[in-house]
Amino acid sequence: MLALESVTYRYAGAPRPSLHEVSLDLHDGEVLGLAGASEAGKTTLCLVASGLAPRTVGGTLGGRVLLGGEDTARLAMHELAGRVGIAFASPATQLSGVAATVYEEVAFGPMNLGVPRPELIARTEEALAALRIEALAARDPAQLSGGQQQLVAIAGLLALRPAHLVLDEPTAQLDPAGTAMVAAALAALAASGSSILVAEQKADLLASICSRVVVLDAGRVVLEGPAAEVLGDPRLEALGVAPPAAVRLLRAATTANLSAAAVARLGAALDEAVAR
Amino acid sequence: MTLPIAISVLVVNLFFFPGGREVIFQVGPITATLEGLGFALETLARIGAISGAITLFYLTTPPSELVLDLERRGVSPRVTFVALASVQTVPALVERATTITAAQRARGLDTEGSLWRRLRGVLPLAGPVLLGSITEVEERTMALEARGFTRPASRTLLWWPPDSARQRLARWLLVLALPSIVVARAVGWLGWLR
Repeated sequence: MLALESVTYRYAGAPRPSLHEVSLDLHDGEVLGLAGASEAGKTTLCLVASGLAPRTVGGTLGGRVLLGGEDTARLAMHELAGRVGIAFASPATQLSGVAATVYEEVAFGPMNLGVPRPELIARTEEALAALRIEALAARDPAQLSGGQQQLVAIAGLLALRPAHLVLDEPTAQLDPAGTAMVAAALAALAASGSSILVAEQKADLLASICSRVVVLDAGRVVLEGPAAEVLGDPRLEALGVAPPAAVRLLRAATTANLSAAAVARLGAALDEAVAR
Repeated sequence: MTLPIAISVLVVNLFFFPGGREVIFQVGPITATLEGLGFALETLARIGAISGAITLFYLTTPPSELVLDLERRGVSPRVTFVALASVQTVPALVERATTITAAQRARGLDTEGSLWRRLRGVLPLAGPVLLGSITEVEERTMALEARGFTRPASRTLLWWPPDSARQRLARWLLVLALPSIVVARAVGWLGWLR
């Protein structure tokens, strides 16, 4: 389990902390959604959870980040790399920039960790298969579409076989086709038992893959609970998060005084959408 | 790039070689001398040898294979990464500059016309290109850290370029040829080379 205990984080030179007393648990095999308006602290929380802040980013951290009960402050970044993987919004900057093929790009992380060659090959092929991108293996990563690059970046993380994945708006810069590719991959990963913390603006994506959702506002946790409950919360819009389409549809139907049967059918559709 | 250098070396030495006495021909007050021509040809031969060697190297050795082989022979992964990333960053920078130029032109920036106008147009482009690159470097650094790049021990190589017996033989012959030529030159066996 990845746990944040009363985490307060302030960037170097910032007048105030970007995270205030945040506590949350990411259980093994759970997909936890992270929502909130811009500058609510989602990216900062991802950086802290992955260990990059304050190690690489700088700043000061209060509280503790625990990985299986162990304080991550005692671990070096390369020791954390095999246990917590992080993906960012921009697909291109996550690629190493030195791999000639997608296969080499996916293998880059385990190569750094000194994984023996037979296992390296097995991990690479497994990661490519998990995201169904074996057909891209021989392609130049720089020549792929944004959606494909994001899948390659996530495959690169999977090859590290981390117990936890932290994804910071993995579909933010993608077109609908790219978003659909990544969403399908995340759903498949979630189904395979991966533990994922995913920060997203797109509530529909959160509704489709998360079991729980946490909403941040000005660096504090303001809503937390089962995905259907949080994403249907009437305060969500005021917190800068657009509710999922199914919720908006249900509200519109209620406002339009549709019959109880019609509203019930829409409710069932909403439940189905959230469950999916 | 070699051609303009070659032309300038030839012209300068042919017509302005100090101490040239044997005149080949005259163009007005300028005199072409045999000594100048000889020196120019000698210099051109040297430039040709250097640029030929560099061209041959780049045409026959993909940078990725070079750094992999260097890494296999014990060079630090950080050094090989920097070497390869430097080469591969250039196309990305060009692409970024092209995108920003197009965006600025769409917003009315004039990047065509006289030299002064084009120079003025470059300034608004330089900021976004440089700042964007710096931001990108920061995020790329984090991504590399998260993928174990800073691990101090050596890393596993997925593959390395083949090194056949003939390649090894050629390499050793070249290694032996270098001191042999130096010695031969020193003892005067290659005096005809000047």
